[in-house]
Parts: sequence; structure tokens; C-alpha cells
Amino acid sequence: MAAPGKGMAGPAGVNTTSFQKKSRSKLVSIPGTRPSVQNGQLIVSTGVTSLDYVIGGGLAVGTLLLVEEDRYDSYSHMLLKYFLAEGVVCGHEVFLASARDHPDEIMQELPSPIVDDVGSVKTKEGQAQPCDQENQDTMTIAWRYQNQPRVQNALASSVRFGHYYDVSKTMEPEVRQAVKCHSFYALQESPTTTESSLLSSPYHALLQSIRSVIRKEGFDGSTPQSKVRNVLRLGLHSLGSPLWGDDLCCTDNPAHCHSLTTFLYALRGLLRTSLSVAVVTVPSHLMQNKSVMGQIIRLSDTAIALESFRGSEKETNPLYKDYHGLLHVRQVPRLNCLVCEVPDTKDLAFKLKRKQFTIERLHLPPDLSETVSRVSKIELAGGCGTTATGNKHLDF
Amino acid sequence: MFPELNSILSSSPDSFRTGDFIVLSDRQADASFLIHHYLSFYLRAGCKVCFLGLVQSFSHYSAVSQRLGVSLTQAREKGQLVFLEGLKDSIGVISQEESSQSKLPLSYLRSPGAGLECLFKFVESSVRQNGENEDGEKWGPPVLLIDDLSVLLSLGVSAGAILDFTLYCQATICSELQGNIVILVRREEEDVDDEGSNLLQKGVIHQCSLALHVEGLPTGYCRDIHGQMEVWWRSREFAMYNQRKMFHYKVHDKGASFFARGTSSAVL
Repeated sequence: MAAPGKGMAGPAGVNTTSFQKKSRSKLVSIPGTRPSVQNGQLIVSTGVTSLDYVIGGGLAVGTLLLVEEDRYDSYSHMLLKYFLAEGVVCGHEVFLASARDHPDEIMQELPSPIVDDVGSVKTKEGQAQPCDQENQDTMTIAWRYQNQPRVQNALASSVRFGHYYDVSKTMEPEVRQAVKCHSFYALQESPTTTESSLLSSPYHALLQSIRSVIRKEGFDGSTPQSKVRNVLRLGLHSLGSPLWGDDLCCTDNPAHCHSLTTFLYALRGLLRTSLSVAVVTVPSHLMQNKSVMGQIIRLSDTAIALESFRGSEKETNPLYKDYHGLLHVRQVPRLNCLVCEVPDTKDLAFKLKRKQFTIERLHLPPDLSETVSRVSKIELAGGCGTTATGNKHLDF
Repeated sequence: MFPELNSILSSSPDSFRTGDFIVLSDRQADASFLIHHYLSFYLRAGCKVCFLGLVQSFSHYSAVSQRLGVSLTQAREKGQLVFLEGLKDSIGVISQEESSQSKLPLSYLRSPGAGLECLFKFVESSVRQNGENEDGEKWGPPVLLIDDLSVLLSLGVSAGAILDFTLYCQATICSELQGNIVILVRREEEDVDDEGSNLLQKGVIHQCSLALHVEGLPTGYCRDIHGQMEVWWRSREFAMYNQRKMFHYKVHDKGASFFARGTSSAVL
């Protein structure tokens, strides 16, 4: 874990953004975060270990993760809950904004963390090893691939970062109340008469609310050094949906088409200047105007899209029978360096099990049924010549 | 600064053309590594640089430039670099809390319909300021770098206003002061019909003297080749007038390598 060694000569004590390279003596150590192995960036876990691997180790503090919702908002809602649950377990502060369900209801539904997960991970690793040794010298046909490393379907890094959650149980209220939680419910806000033509009323109120929380709790470094530093996790549910007073999803030519993008730009500015990280879910399948989605993706840092099979013809496709949906990585950020973490493959599928949300490499299984019978037909025809038994499969 | 790109474009910090209007564009890829190239190139050449960083923080550019061998903080202190940090200053303007004079360049956030006049005045005043470096000599020709221009479309500014802004900048910086302009524009997918973005992109390409377009590989995703870059020489003064050449590129930690199509080390 290379700690960034160069110190930046900023104004004393004010700049605490995670993007500031800190000298060794002032290394920030916040529980639940670690420096990234690629560029020393401070990262947090999203709550799903395979998603952390897919987006390059974790979510960098100061960035925005955009999740394009699946059709029924089941798995994206689950990802949001994982993100918030991870914040509660790590002791970070949590800010939740929603327009559909009340934030308190969402907080009550958080999955409970599995405490003895260290043991379960170890048994999995132990089982994998004997299989490897068994199959060492069984390659007689594809012997050129003997020395290639085994393809790992399940994506996970060797360093465990993040927790596992049991979806069938909800988090204990005591665990949840140990952490400060701020909420914003769009339907309770009274529409303020702002002269602003930029942001529509709920977005403006949401921006003010986030800003006041950051300032009050000192995430932007404005409070004195004595307070222990912490990370603020923002979860914004279903921005851009009609419940937020936005007509982006309703018409081709919305009246305030720049409201959401201006809000995201301001949010980006807020995140970059404070120790916070945000996950925003957007119902992209409702948007008529595709170019707005492109703008929204460019304004966020990491962007993924979930496509669930439920209700579509892919549900009965034998190719996808083990999975619940596909995961598309739309954008991976380049932060403080020229390169970004380039994934191995872009064909990823996810499935939600009781104790884990796994994201795996999607590959075609070998198609054995046709080739076996074809070989036997050829042998019959070649060996028997013009005898009657050779024409068995051509019975009319 | 990427040495291979310098040899492709036949320029170096010691001898480069002035009066150039360079447009970097991308579609579904990220051309911001070229902005870092030009930033370190012109700072090394000793030019006065005005950088409008509208989408990333100053520390991001500073960290990358450090790896490319140029210190942005030092350049800013000496007066060689004027940096407009769009993200940090815009929060107050959007929340309508501050209306001080110092936030005037970002007045397009308050009233997007009004246009980018204040932003242009800011650019003009910073390039006309005549400073001196430590040797007592004046800085080289002024350079304007914008990263990126398409975000202004997301903030509600019309494509026509942005094109007016680029025309004013070109008249002042390229023609009058014999400086250079480098702009990053981001395009949409091909089948998406976005009037504003198409208008902006066509207008800016028409004005430019050199266009670098970055895209993903048409044959699909590859780990070792990050994409292809098309260079289009558009000015009549170039020997290669109206020629287009395609290169493949791969971005490393400390630079980027460019090679002719099909000659990647992963393939050969």
C-alpha cells in the first residue's frame, strides 16, 4: 500500500479533500477506508465486494457512482441499501434522499451484516485448492492452454475489503442508531419560491440540505482539527423520476431539461471539496431523450447499468438461467492519474443470493448436444457405404 | 507531454506553430489525456497559459502534471498559469448565495440564457496581462485551454452562445495575439440525435486548424489498445493539408504511446 509521499503546499488546515496528496505525517486514517493500490486514493467499499472489484477496488472518496436502474428498480434499490448498510457498519455518516419511499422506511429495511463471514470466506478458499491440483495434468486436447491461469468466474480480489450481508434479515435498530443519519424526503418539502431558473424546487432544496449537512458536520474541513474525521455517504434514490418534480422522463422536450444536469454538476463540486461519496440511482429506461443520459454519465465519475431479466424474454433463455441480470460498466473514472482501471471483460452478469450479491463473468457454456450426434452419423455413413443401415437417419 | 505525439504532429516545446486552434473530441472514450499533454507542453514551452478547468479539481491536473514533469502550483505562483476552477466556485453561484465580483466569470450559471460574455472578459484579461518570468523575459505567446466545452451545454448555455464565445476567443487569441487555443469537446453516440451537441461540434471543427478525434476501437474492446485517434490537419498552411491519419494509442501511467494501426506490441 504505497502512501503518497509528496506533500502539497495548500493553505494550512483548510484543504482536507481526499484528492490532496498528504505528507506522511498527516496520513488520514478513517475507519472503513483504505488507500487504493493504484494511486493512493482514499477508497470506501460499496457494500458489495464483487462490485468493488469491477469498479477498480472501491469507490473513491469525493466521487459519484451512478447506477442506471433496472426496469422494476429491485436490484438498484438493493445496491443502494448495501451501500447504506456498509456505511452503518463502518461508522460513516449517512445521508439518504428519496421521493418515493420515506427514508426511514428504507433505513429500516437495510440488510443485516454477517458477523462470522471471515470463516465462510476461508472455507471457500480451502475448497478451491484441491480441485486445482486434481486437474493439473488432465489436458490432453487443449494442452497449449495448460500453463494459462484458471479463469475465475467470480470476481474478487485477494484483499478483502467490505462486509457481507444477509438479505433475509434486517439490521438491528441498535446497530443502525449508532450512526448519524440525515434524511431528505422530497414529498415533505414545501415548494419554495426561488427565483432560480436553474434548479427546480426539490433539487434546489436537496442541494441546500446536502450543503448544510456538509458544512455543519465539518466534512469540508471547516471545523477545527480536534474532531475525528469521518466520511459522509450520500444515497440519492431515483433522481430524474417524475416524483422529484422533473419531467425528464415524461416528455421528449422537457421544460427544465438542464435541472438534473445542473444539480449533478453542483453535487460534483460539493463532493470534490469534502470527504463524501455519493451513489445516485437514475431511471434511465424511462428517459425518452437519450442524449441527456449521455450528459448525466459524463457528469458522474463511475457509471454502471443494471439490466434484469425479469419479465423479459431473456428470462427463459438457457444461457442466462443462472443469473438475475446483466451488469454494464459504462464509465470508470481517471482520478489523479492518466490511466484508469481497465476491466478484463465487459460481459458481466449478476445474481442476488441470500448472503451475497455476486457479479460474474458471463461466458458461453460449451454446446455439446449437436456435435456428438453429428460425429456418429458421419461414421455410420463412411463405414457402411451403400448398405441399408447407413441410411437409418433418412427414414421417411 | 508525450514525445510520440510531438513527432506525429511535428512540434516540440522549442518550435511550435502559433495561431493554432486545436480541437480535441471524443466519442464514448476519454480524450482528457490529450489535455494533460498540451498543458505540460505549453508550460514547458514557457507560454502564458489560461486554463478553464470546468470538470475536475485543480489537484487532479496537478497530480497528473507532476507525473509528466511539470509543477502546476509553481506555475500558478509565478504567474505563468491562470486557472479557473469551475467546480469549486460554481457551488455558491448555483445555490445563489454569493454574488461577489470574483465569481463573475461564472455568471452563465446564474443566467444561462445570457451567454458567456463574462467568461470571455475573464479570459481576455488573463491573456493580456503581461508578466515576467524569473529571467526577466516575457512569457511566450498566450494559450487558452478549455476542459471541457460540452459541459456548458449541460448547464443550459445554448450552442450558439458557446460558438460566439469560441469565435471571440479565436479572434483575440489566435489572430490578434498570435497564441493558441486547445478545446476539448465531447460527442454523443452516432444514433443519438442531439441538436445542441452536433451544432457545437460541427461549428468548432469548422473553425479549427487541427482536429484530434479519439474513439474506441471499431472492432471491439481490447485491453492493450485503448482506442484509436484520428488526426485531421485542416489549416492550409500545413504541408499535410486536409489529410487524415489514424493511430492506435495506449495510455500508461506516465504518458501515452501512439503507434500505427496493427503494430501494437500485444499483437506483433
